[in-house]
Amino acid sequence: MRGLIQTRINLSITSVGLCGSRFSRLWHGSINRRSIPYCAAMLVLTFSASAQVTSTRLVNSAKEPQNWLTYSGDYSGHRFSSLDQINKDNVKSLVTKWVYQTGATGKFETTPLAVDGILYATGPDNRVFALDSRTGRPIWLYQRQLPSDIRPCCGRVNRGVAILGEKVFFGTLDAHVIALDAKTGTLIWDVPAVDYKLGYSFTVAPLAVKNLVILGVSGGEYGIRGFIDAYDADTGQRKWRFYTIPGPGEPGHETWEGDSWKIGGAPAWMTGTFDPATNQLFWPTGNPSPSNRGAGRAGDNLYSNSLLSLDPDSGKLNWSFQFTKHDEHDWDATQVPVMIDDGQKHLIAQANRNGFFYALDRGNHKLLFANPYAKITWSNSKDVEGRPVANQNAEPTAAGHSVCPGALGATNWMSPTFDSQTGLFYVTAREECDIFSTAPQPYEAGHAYYGSAYFPSDESEPYWGALRALDPLTGKIKWEFRHTSPSWSGTLSTAGGLVFTGDSEGNFIALDATSGKPLWHFQTGSAVYAAPMAFALDGKEYISIAAGSSLYAFALP
Amino acid sequence: MRALSKPIFILTVLLTFVSPALAQDHNPYAGNPKIAKLGQFQFRLNCAFCHGLGARGGGRGPDLTRAHKRHGDSDVEMFNTISNGVPGTAMPANGTTGQGVGMTNEEIWQLITYLRSVEVKAPAKALGDAAHGKQLFYGEANCSGCHMVQGKGGRLGPNLTSVGGIRTPQYIADSVRNPSRRLAQGLLEATKEFSQEYETITVVTSDGKEIKGVALNEDSFSVQLMDTSEHIYTFEKDQLRSFSKSRTSMMPAYDSSFLSDKDLQDIVAYLLTVETK
Repeated sequence: MRGLIQTRINLSITSVGLCGSRFSRLWHGSINRRSIPYCAAMLVLTFSASAQVTSTRLVNSAKEPQNWLTYSGDYSGHRFSSLDQINKDNVKSLVTKWVYQTGATGKFETTPLAVDGILYATGPDNRVFALDSRTGRPIWLYQRQLPSDIRPCCGRVNRGVAILGEKVFFGTLDAHVIALDAKTGTLIWDVPAVDYKLGYSFTVAPLAVKNLVILGVSGGEYGIRGFIDAYDADTGQRKWRFYTIPGPGEPGHETWEGDSWKIGGAPAWMTGTFDPATNQLFWPTGNPSPSNRGAGRAGDNLYSNSLLSLDPDSGKLNWSFQFTKHDEHDWDATQVPVMIDDGQKHLIAQANRNGFFYALDRGNHKLLFANPYAKITWSNSKDVEGRPVANQNAEPTAAGHSVCPGALGATNWMSPTFDSQTGLFYVTAREECDIFSTAPQPYEAGHAYYGSAYFPSDESEPYWGALRALDPLTGKIKWEFRHTSPSWSGTLSTAGGLVFTGDSEGNFIALDATSGKPLWHFQTGSAVYAAPMAFALDGKEYISIAAGSSLYAFALP
Repeated sequence: MRALSKPIFILTVLLTFVSPALAQDHNPYAGNPKIAKLGQFQFRLNCAFCHGLGARGGGRGPDLTRAHKRHGDSDVEMFNTISNGVPGTAMPANGTTGQGVGMTNEEIWQLITYLRSVEVKAPAKALGDAAHGKQLFYGEANCSGCHMVQGKGGRLGPNLTSVGGIRTPQYIADSVRNPSRRLAQGLLEATKEFSQEYETITVVTSDGKEIKGVALNEDSFSVQLMDTSEHIYTFEKDQLRSFSKSRTSMMPAYDSSFLSDKDLQDIVAYLLTVETK
């Protein structure tokens, strides 16, 4: 296996004649004396071995840290890079190596994938592009022709592609699933998943598992019925669909009043994670609809705001855990569920939008604890399982009253990161309280369906935010780095002892992962709405972040 | 030329047929109370965050119950304001805040129907003596030391040229009596480029000099401020000996011993007159 990986690694090296020295030093810690003849032999193998991203490579992605093969970097959701060339001592001299401009306006939420010298990323309005990761020069560009009447909630955004074999996959704003040729950007298959006119769209970066492309739908603002789909990567044929709201006769259907299940929301717009050891696909779900009005949908509203464990082969539910029952505050659970192992403990953890950090045992799916990591006023008691329970007076009223966290949550979809070296979990926390009000609203197909308004009061505290480092085994906060205002940036940790994040004032920041001390920052010129990633090429480590209409790549001089 | 003229012709034809549907010259739902109710839903989803429940103005957005709208009173003007936003202000184009879902043209007309239904027909009457208010503004009360009206006055505080048209007399009076209360919050990130919130910043430089002023902008690493002499300072925070920020306004609270109720009413009357001139 190792030899095979080495083969792929050397693609970029051979192409610029740097085979051996610098590269080997980075990957093996010292110069490998055998590397030069070994490398020469590789020349023959290089091109036939490249570009094929097998499902085995995805499972073993930790063995090729120069690449970034899935949305969160690997199946665990750690968003951690074992590259350590950029470290606490030298990060202060990090410089911009290139900038790629999409020419698009709107929020730029992508995480690029890095595969053997090529970056694959998406931009607003369903742009997909492949770049030379050394220079940022485009190799191909695909842009979806979108109908004029799409109205995706929250911007015409997309968070990235999945790669498998020689194809890249993405979901469109008009609710199609598309496969492109990774080498040319040519359309290979295009499958409509559902009618976008009813408010469905895709913004999520799909996850490739085995031979399937898995993705969940957006549209919790429109009264959709959420689902997670799996498509055959070769043909585009849909292999399964899991409705996040059970239909008549299915367990959980009784948690919906009357016909409310048909328009009950529970979208699934954040990329899940996968545990190959137990064959569990973890996928989080979003708010019930209408988001801020519970009248008419009495019950727990399963499986809204839940963590689902699915069998990726069949799409059957193994088990589920609902974070916020019968939610009336739009607190989607669409945060990356992160697998954390500590000795005999095998956790699945989530810093939830409702303000609590939850750790569950992913074997017996018991809740281990739920502790707040931001200001919360909605719950001061727990049920027998230890799950926070909403206070009687937490629900929105006609005139409105203040609840913390606010409508955008104690965090939102921005990716957290887990660094096994520090043992810390890093999350972008938002400190904001909102006045939640509610009003009856008739459902009208394809029209916004919130049943509510929210707004800050004149008297409320100004919103602020922080990057917080938590001990995931206790939920305790170890340190925080305060942002001027709430941030929408995801995070990345690296073996260089660093955490990277961004802020709404436009800074991209590197911090000491142990202490939270800021060590470097760069003004991108736009609020950051994406999560960083790392890759390496020619023996050089790069950190990349999307902001504004630009994709940046930073490295040491 | 021929190659160009064909697409232009097609475009013209398209516009001829399409434009009536896109932007009618009147509200097709005018006066319909059922539609006004639908418009209220749209208002709550899309507008209340800044303009407040009931459209009476919020922390940032103007009072919309007044018949006179600063950016146009007619249905079509309102339609355009909502569709396109107001450049140079925190008012975004429909659907671009990144948070709400945006409205269809039909929903914008519903919204306008709602706004008409809550309009207060009798315009806010200026009760005071505007001429005397102007004297106070530029004289004894020294409002103009920090506030500009129609190009005349100071730069430290907000420009008040249009305040009479977008805020209620009560709001203006309250802001004079309790200036710290109305420090507008930075709201959604989409509006952050208009982020001035007029906090008070106090810094001590590395050589021990204390500087106090109004924040022009700030992030985790730097701050830009203006002092009472209208000098602009920019600092890297890590170069400062100390940095503090307060939401207590630098504007003194004008209590009734300093400014009588009558004089306050006159100043408000002046500001209302400015806008309607």
